[in-house]
Amino acid sequence: MIGKDIILALSMRSVRLHFLRSVLAALGIVIGVVAIASIGMMGANMTLSVTEELSDMANKLTVTPYTGGGGGMMMGGGGGRVVVGSGSSSDDDDDVIDDDQFRDIERIVAKYGTAYTVRSESDRIEVGSETGRATIYGLDADIMREILTVEEGEYPKSTTSVVVGPTLAERLGLKIGSKIEIGDPDEGSTTTVRVVGILEERGMSMDLSTDMAIIGSDKLFTGIYGGEGEYDQVNVVVNDLNEIDTVKTAIEDGLNRKEDEVTVQDSSRMMESITSTLSTMTTFVMAIAGISLLVAAVSIFNVMMMSVNERVREIGILRSIGTQRTEILRMFIYEATILGLVGAVIGAVASLIIGYVVVLGMVGTAEYFFAPGSIVYVPMAMAVGAAICIVTGVYPAWRASNLDPIEALRAE
Amino acid sequence: MSSPVIELDNVTKVYPLPSGDVTALREISLTIDEGEFVAIMGPSGSGKSTLLNQIGCLDRPTSGNLFLAGKNIREMDDRELTSLRLSSLGYIFQKFNLIPLLTAYENVEYPYIMKHRKNDDTGRVRDLLALVGIDESLSAHKPNELSGGQQQRIAIARALVNDPAILLCDEPTGNLDSQTGAQIMEVLSDLHRKGRTIIMVTHESEIAAYAERTIVIRDGRVA
Repeated sequence: MIGKDIILALSMRSVRLHFLRSVLAALGIVIGVVAIASIGMMGANMTLSVTEELSDMANKLTVTPYTGGGGGMMMGGGGGRVVVGSGSSSDDDDDVIDDDQFRDIERIVAKYGTAYTVRSESDRIEVGSETGRATIYGLDADIMREILTVEEGEYPKSTTSVVVGPTLAERLGLKIGSKIEIGDPDEGSTTTVRVVGILEERGMSMDLSTDMAIIGSDKLFTGIYGGEGEYDQVNVVVNDLNEIDTVKTAIEDGLNRKEDEVTVQDSSRMMESITSTLSTMTTFVMAIAGISLLVAAVSIFNVMMMSVNERVREIGILRSIGTQRTEILRMFIYEATILGLVGAVIGAVASLIIGYVVVLGMVGTAEYFFAPGSIVYVPMAMAVGAAICIVTGVYPAWRASNLDPIEALRAE
Repeated sequence: MSSPVIELDNVTKVYPLPSGDVTALREISLTIDEGEFVAIMGPSGSGKSTLLNQIGCLDRPTSGNLFLAGKNIREMDDRELTSLRLSSLGYIFQKFNLIPLLTAYENVEYPYIMKHRKNDDTGRVRDLLALVGIDESLSAHKPNELSGGQQQRIAIARALVNDPAILLCDEPTGNLDSQTGAQIMEVLSDLHRKGRTIIMVTHESEIAAYAERTIVIRDGRVA
């Protein structure tokens, strides 16, 4: 018994008759759908996990000296450091935050949270025979205990002891007791410090990037680089997340009254730039994956043209016994749709499996795999795959439906 | 006196070719009445197949009028011609022309489904298959599993399923041995006795002898 829609039945039988050919054509769609879906899901999972990581520091603000990076200095140095009137003008114009400013910030944030100063410098370091560069941080001893976690060893107690980040420790083979020489011997004296602790991994962060850094006391820092009463950055920890904007505005209003002296940043800006970079990357890679769908489209087109050419005579018969053009058109569109749907469904199942493995491998966690923002790529890729198939089938189907019945009947 | 079911009035068919126009039919006028069994004869290239294609609504005359059951097919578009082929005409071809993807039963049922948009629940397909001598065990087979004679019988059943006004046969025995050919002609004669209008193209005079009237075509004209 054949269903009411005999045209659909004919399409299905044609697909089944040329099973291998149909499978190979659908395989192209499977690969395309898997590529698009897994890359899309990978991007989404990366974004979601980075967002999650960054939201840990959503209650932090960083205050840095104003360097003309804002809108007003577009004609000047762009984002570069602009040191205005060094020596002649007041300290307020220099690219550091001074004690007065820090006290102002402390006073402003007092009822919302705490502020602490950060000194930092990038310098040449030497460990044994190996040399490299690292960021040297100078922090208050109490603050250090509060914000940093030592995984191995202890916090520095003297002006010659430091803690180091885990990445740096691993790269240079640092252990508790290792000696680091800071500074370039060609440019002056160097300071030797001793590692007393290795920090826990902290990851990407806006306030302090300690994984690749050496952290010592304020005294150690000023001992090497000077700058008593001058800081590179002030970090603010706000107790209530909802007051972050209030605090930000309060600091800006308090310090930038006459002219822009400091820049206050929260993590949203960083989050935005990271997620937008990730999404640009994902889109780009997905476009490359889209090429595989294009290849699949060519193979579907080829199969459809073969199917039409092989069945010219059959089309002639169908037309001569009273089958409308539109029904011939429908028959071949159905055939392309069947290939597309089969490919898309298999592709969806495969991309759930392959996507999971890819996400687990590349992102390190599959905890966001089933989040709506990630899983949506499966139906999306399916739709794209099936749509490409159907569109590809239009021309062969149109050709088939426009064959002259008499000519078609003569074909062998 | 029965009414004319087909009327050709100065029908001319010209095929435009790059090497010059070919005139396949020249001002043919003839009428065929309901219930007639007409054989169209002529040497190859005489235009007899072209004539059958015009009557069969697969093609339209270049000039002149062709009336089929009172309707002028020169004024019809492709959709209307296709509907006419489905409902009013039955085709029997030299090469049987069954649809390879469908079983014998489904081949016969196909025009029924196209016309009525539903499966045959009246038993008509089964009855027609029985009429042409195809039993139920054969009706589940695909055409390529059947002999030429069996295929042509199925084709006749298919041509009859929508109860057409006219049965058109293009060399119906051309691909069959003489014994099977005679059996097929018996089936057609029987249909004619029951009142069916049949138009048959052939170049064999012994096949043409089954018809009541013979029209000879030569160089695109009625000879």
